[in-house]
Amino acid sequence: MIKILVYVAIILTALAIGYLVRVFELASSLKGKKPEEITDKDNRLQSRLMLLFLFVFFAFTIWNLKSFIPKMLPISASEHGVTIDWLFNFNMAIIFFVFTITHIALFYFAYKYYGRKGNVATFLAHDNKLEMIWTVIPAIVLAIIIIFGLKSWSKITQPADPNSMVVEIYAKQFDWTARFSGVDNKLGEANYKLITATNDLGLDSTSAEGQDDIIVKNEIHLPVGKEVEFKFRSRDVIHSAFFPHFRAQMNVVPGMTTMFHFTPTITTADMRKNAEVIEQYKGINAVRAKRASIIGNGHNDFKPGDEKPVAFDYILLCNKICGNSHYNMQMTIVIDSEEDYKKWIASKKPFYTKAAPEVKAVAQK
Amino acid sequence: MSDNHGHHESHGHDNHGHHDEHHHEESFVSKYIFSMDHKVISRQFLITAVIMAFLAMTMSFLFRLQLAWPGEHFKIINFILGDKWGKDGVIEPGMYMALVTIHGTIMVFMVLTGGLSGTFSNLLIPYQIGARDMASGFLNMLSYWFFFLSSVIMMAGFFIETGPASGGWTVYPPLSALPQAMDGSKLGMTLWLVSMSLFIVSALLGGLNYIITVINLRTKGMTMTRLPLTIWAFFITAILGVLSFPVLLSAALLLIFDRSFGTSFYLSDIYIGGQALEQTGGSPILYEHLFWFLGHPEVYIIILPALGLTSEIISTNSRKPIFGYRAMIGSIMAIGFLSFIVWGHHMFMTGMNPFLGSVFVFTTLLIAIPSAVKAFNYITTLWRGNIRYTPAMLFAIGLVSTFISGGLTGIILADSALDINVHDTYFVVAHFHIVMGVSAILGMCAGVYHWFPKLFLRHMNKTLGYIHFWGTFISAYGVFFPMHFLGLAGVPRRYYSNTAFPMFDNLVDINVFITCFAILAALVQVVFLFNFFYSIFRGPKSEQNPWNSNTLEWTTPMENTHGNWPGPLPVVHRWPYDYSKPGKEHDFVPQTVPLAEGEVDGGGH
Repeated sequence: MIKILVYVAIILTALAIGYLVRVFELASSLKGKKPEEITDKDNRLQSRLMLLFLFVFFAFTIWNLKSFIPKMLPISASEHGVTIDWLFNFNMAIIFFVFTITHIALFYFAYKYYGRKGNVATFLAHDNKLEMIWTVIPAIVLAIIIIFGLKSWSKITQPADPNSMVVEIYAKQFDWTARFSGVDNKLGEANYKLITATNDLGLDSTSAEGQDDIIVKNEIHLPVGKEVEFKFRSRDVIHSAFFPHFRAQMNVVPGMTTMFHFTPTITTADMRKNAEVIEQYKGINAVRAKRASIIGNGHNDFKPGDEKPVAFDYILLCNKICGNSHYNMQMTIVIDSEEDYKKWIASKKPFYTKAAPEVKAVAQK
Repeated sequence: MSDNHGHHESHGHDNHGHHDEHHHEESFVSKYIFSMDHKVISRQFLITAVIMAFLAMTMSFLFRLQLAWPGEHFKIINFILGDKWGKDGVIEPGMYMALVTIHGTIMVFMVLTGGLSGTFSNLLIPYQIGARDMASGFLNMLSYWFFFLSSVIMMAGFFIETGPASGGWTVYPPLSALPQAMDGSKLGMTLWLVSMSLFIVSALLGGLNYIITVINLRTKGMTMTRLPLTIWAFFITAILGVLSFPVLLSAALLLIFDRSFGTSFYLSDIYIGGQALEQTGGSPILYEHLFWFLGHPEVYIIILPALGLTSEIISTNSRKPIFGYRAMIGSIMAIGFLSFIVWGHHMFMTGMNPFLGSVFVFTTLLIAIPSAVKAFNYITTLWRGNIRYTPAMLFAIGLVSTFISGGLTGIILADSALDINVHDTYFVVAHFHIVMGVSAILGMCAGVYHWFPKLFLRHMNKTLGYIHFWGTFISAYGVFFPMHFLGLAGVPRRYYSNTAFPMFDNLVDINVFITCFAILAALVQVVFLFNFFYSIFRGPKSEQNPWNSNTLEWTTPMENTHGNWPGPLPVVHRWPYDYSKPGKEHDFVPQTVPLAEGEVDGGGH
């Protein structure tokens, strides 16, 4: 019943607006004016709205920056990440400068040169000098941006240090599995045809390098200050390994092995002491606490525990659409001090500990 | 909307004005449905595109509700999506992905390509070059009907058991190649591929027609450098389309083979659904190359016509020549050419050879230069103008603002080192929406308001137009500006919900802010829809040249004349930008007015 009334109300409102419009048009044509004619008054009003918009827009931009910069990712936790953050700020400075002056020009001219009777526009079709200036200057600025950008890019993508720690990240719908390469720092062979219920990653048990490989799920630890080279494999579809705090990302593509290396520089413990991070997590926990009364009321997808306060953690998330649970494919990363890491990895057993003696003999050779 | 049975010379050979009096017996079907008249076809494209835009906007409204209030029950979600995909008023995760997929596909292809190029190339090319119609009215008619069919099939996915395609509008394999991977890769994905194949046919037929018409059917005196910038834009756009759409077709065909015929173009080493698949040797990256080889020119296919329309609207409403006409042509050509060698910037994070990545960084940042030149030219056209604020003019200025804002964030994305942390985040979503989803749409609106008198012989209401502009412009920035910060906080695209990650918990209020402005933007479009349809039937009748413009379409009579000019074709003597030329009686001089004694054409060098 209400539905019908709502539909009728909408239709009647539309009709009413239509008739109002018609009345205005008839009224103005009675006065001898054409309703669609743009008058000097129209031009003046719109020009003033243009100027007003300029101020409101800049105020809005500043409000956005003030409110949301504190919510952006905190300080980079990797060596190359520091370069990326610097490069980003450098680019944004140029971008904001250009954004500001072009918008001032655009909206100021829109304001100043509104049409009025008796006014004549200036017939200026082109100006070689001006056009040369505004072609060459952007070209130079962009060349500088390119040079800095490519310098960083080649540094980040150069081959990993031969001493870096090799870790494989294996992606599948919808979780991550890590494979540490063990003492020999070499990953064992794997083949998707070997996948079984007990051999999730398709590891080749006859592979010598693979005997000391360690499988870890849900949470991995890495030592601070040591370069780690990640090798990525996927079981089914394209995923993307996104480590936002480390400024690292790499697609995980079935049929190939992709790589990305970085050096973590801040332990999880230290990050939790960072002032910016403490501020952010205060805000996060405040939002979480407010949920306590609404969890389970059926009007949200929060689960019990979602109201509990959390501490900062590094995270790996999936960043390439991979299926229905793409939004919940994560792994926690803990950056330890060197000693803590050694303790952690020592507590993990290689995948083949229960391997048959002849397989172990292969490894010892 | 009365069509006169004027002179009908088929295929537009007429340049000498011979007056054949052969009347065509036109039925309702041949006049309005399978019409071969460019004016009717342009209206067909426009109305279909408006309907598709309404549908796609509704989809975005739905998923924005989920993003702002995850898991909250909304009756309207259950009303639109039914009990299967909107049970209890919450969007099912697979359907969420289908909504974002189809929203993107419809907006990019049906609305911004079909609706922009299809409408305005069809309307303006024959008019502005002085031709009776397109080179082939028959191919033109087919181009529309393939577009219509493609639109219907794209929506058909919502009416099948497993739902529409849901791998994102980019539908990368293996996700889109393997029906076992998700429901949206079953029949819905097949329908998407069929729809896109039909769309590509439509685009090719249209594009070929536009190119041939511009080259061959310009009237006497209409040299290439006397063409309005709209025509240059449509011309280069059509060339881009003809060269790049076939590559998307090849990507789609190979995907069809992988899905249905056991091939391994994109597939290798896959274990899914409990079994190891036979295919080896293929690579999903091949698909990405083929897709983006079209995908990148596609965004220029979208923006160039909008920029062309803006050139025309800004100059005629500033009563000034467009500043830097030749530079504008050069920029259009440079953008067109460069657009073919930048596609890799969508693939920086695929693990491609870093050196290859560097090449794409270089070419992508190059393309910023002609884009900047165009923006500066628009701004300088306003300088010392005598600006008439029609709603179209407001939209054109809005386009310049959003083109600059959105284009500038492209600089971050073009830089591969910076792309590492923003690729596939909301930073990208903000960028392409502002520079394409807002900028090109504002251009399309500008074109609709400005050429409404040619399309429907009437005016749209200007007050509703002003409301539509300010509401849309302000809401658009309200929606997409904060999104940059979501991306910089690490929020990925295509996430059903952010609640699985505590680190995103303090971003909820940004999502709510965005959704509120999105709802406002959607409501404002109702003003436009009302104005548009009302004015078609009851708008004030227009005169022949309501904007005092110089281009040829305003020299045709106000009844829709088959063959455009009842008499001989116009002869052109000057470029289209003699606005406020010193020494002239009026502040405009149509292209058909002969040069005075000693007068130099084209901008007075």
